[in-house]
Amino acid sequence: MGQIELKGVTKRFGDVEVIPPLDLHIGEGEFVVFVGPSGCGKSTLLRLIAGLEDVSGGHIEIDGQDATDLPPAKRSLAMVFQSYALYPHMSVRKNIAFPLKMAKADQATIDAKIENAARILNLTDYLHRRPGQLSGGQRQRVAIGRAIVREPAAFLFDEPLSNLDAALRVNMRLEISELHQKLKTTMVYVTHDQVEAMTMADKIVVLHAGVIEQVGSPLELYRSPRNKFVAGFIGSPKMNFIEGPEAAKHNAHTIGIRPEHIGISSTEGAWKGTVGVSEHLGSDTFLHVDTEFGLINVRGDGEVGLHAGDSVWLTPDLAQLHKFNADGKAI
Amino acid sequence: MSTQASRAAARLMISPSVILLFLWMAVPLGMTLWFSFQRYNLLMPGQGGFVGFDNYKYFLTDPAFFTALWNTLALVGGVLLITVFGGILLALLLDQAIYGQGIVRVLVIAPFFVMPTVSALVWKNMLYNPVNGIFAYIAEFFGFQPYDFLAHSPLLSITLIVAWQWLPFATLILLTALQSLDSEQLEAAEMDGAGALSRFFYIMVPHLARAATVVILIQTIFLLSTFAEILVTTNGGPGIASTTLTYLVYVQSLLQFDVGGGAAGGVVAVILANIVAIFLMRMIGKNLET
Repeated sequence: MGQIELKGVTKRFGDVEVIPPLDLHIGEGEFVVFVGPSGCGKSTLLRLIAGLEDVSGGHIEIDGQDATDLPPAKRSLAMVFQSYALYPHMSVRKNIAFPLKMAKADQATIDAKIENAARILNLTDYLHRRPGQLSGGQRQRVAIGRAIVREPAAFLFDEPLSNLDAALRVNMRLEISELHQKLKTTMVYVTHDQVEAMTMADKIVVLHAGVIEQVGSPLELYRSPRNKFVAGFIGSPKMNFIEGPEAAKHNAHTIGIRPEHIGISSTEGAWKGTVGVSEHLGSDTFLHVDTEFGLINVRGDGEVGLHAGDSVWLTPDLAQLHKFNADGKAI
Repeated sequence: MSTQASRAAARLMISPSVILLFLWMAVPLGMTLWFSFQRYNLLMPGQGGFVGFDNYKYFLTDPAFFTALWNTLALVGGVLLITVFGGILLALLLDQAIYGQGIVRVLVIAPFFVMPTVSALVWKNMLYNPVNGIFAYIAEFFGFQPYDFLAHSPLLSITLIVAWQWLPFATLILLTALQSLDSEQLEAAEMDGAGALSRFFYIMVPHLARAATVVILIQTIFLLSTFAEILVTTNGGPGIASTTLTYLVYVQSLLQFDVGGGAAGGVVAVILANIVAIFLMRMIGKNLET
């Protein structure tokens, strides 16, 4: 249970083609993350799978059955919304019970499922409260609880953590990952945050302007990005790109090197530069170095004793060098 | 506004308006109370003086009093019923994206801008009239006997006129409430398997409850003093069939020239209005709490 197959799925709003024909396979039990900059169509794609938007072409199959024209409720998918979309006038218990009530489940089943979901999500003490009396993280858990009780074939998450503060986000990220390990249900997760994508996903789908740029495991995308867009989007801080004669030396139009793959020395190296800003995080140091190729970000260990204005030599690790042709494709 | 001096200055500054507002309210109320205990009939200028609760006794034992009381409640209740339910339905319709939305909305609001006397006249002469009215024409077209609305069911007819005037108000408030409903909630309900009807009853209606409360409270205040429509259409008749408390007070003080009796009626009306308000607040006031 929980395979989703997109075949030539297309979405047009009027004359604007938001998603050109697109194929994608989401396997059973996978945690798939759609990631991309805002406006890349990742939320639209999720809504197409959910059935909240009609496809303009192509087919959506869920568990081998054509679900293209099925209403959302019949697709056995559950969705967690960005705003949580809790029903403000209902208690937590009633919120979680709502999908069961709509499915006309009997009261004993409803109670059992609520108790179970509340236990999994640590909500037992809050069942009588209203959403307005809960914190952001608790609301998030109620929204997930409402999804769990339906025992769906797959969960859909639409940027569920973007309304939380940074510390809570890290927490919830972990909780959702743990939940996935516990339930082993297929999850489709939309985010614009590549850190969320990298940490949670079994499979990342990088979208750009409605087109799938690359599909793969987090490390695949990190190690061998198929093009410049993926290379720049995955990884933090961003990959450095250098064009011109320096790239030509490596028989490429553009070369890319990640900040963590550059050696730092105060005496010798391949490229000479001046430290602009240095960010000391304790564990790491991020240096913004002005070189003849422009600004290059470098990641050093926490003990790098360099400060603004210091001269520095940089040496790229040639084994980790990414080469791209004029179209931005990796070579 | 934290220091003692600035707070004192603030109180001093706002005191003229507070005093003015208080006098504005207290003086007419005080005069009404004063007159209600006086013998004060414009036809008998010489006879005056304190009469105790006589005016109240005469007003409350007036055979028209309980009819008027019942008529008032029926009118207010009827109008509330029509405007709240009609308003929700109209708001649902107007919430749809349609061609010419702006014009349609202006047209829907229009009745609210027609003054009560005018709308009552229009309804009386152009719609209800058993000879020239549109309803009579329609009835004749289908071969029925025209119905004389204002003669046979005067209170219902007036209720319809007043409801027509207040429907736009209810629609507007409920429409804005409907538009403030988070669309993700509806989508979540849709994913949860709620059909259109379930979504309406479980999501929209609770969301509209607060706006409906505001509509009911505000309308009740204004509807208790409905007067122009009655004066223009039926003059409280036939008999006393469409006499409300407000109209009865008018009859007392301006047709029978009994200012004292009218004042007593006014005080009774104020007390009754407050009782209604207390009940309303008890029943639906909890909707206003967050």
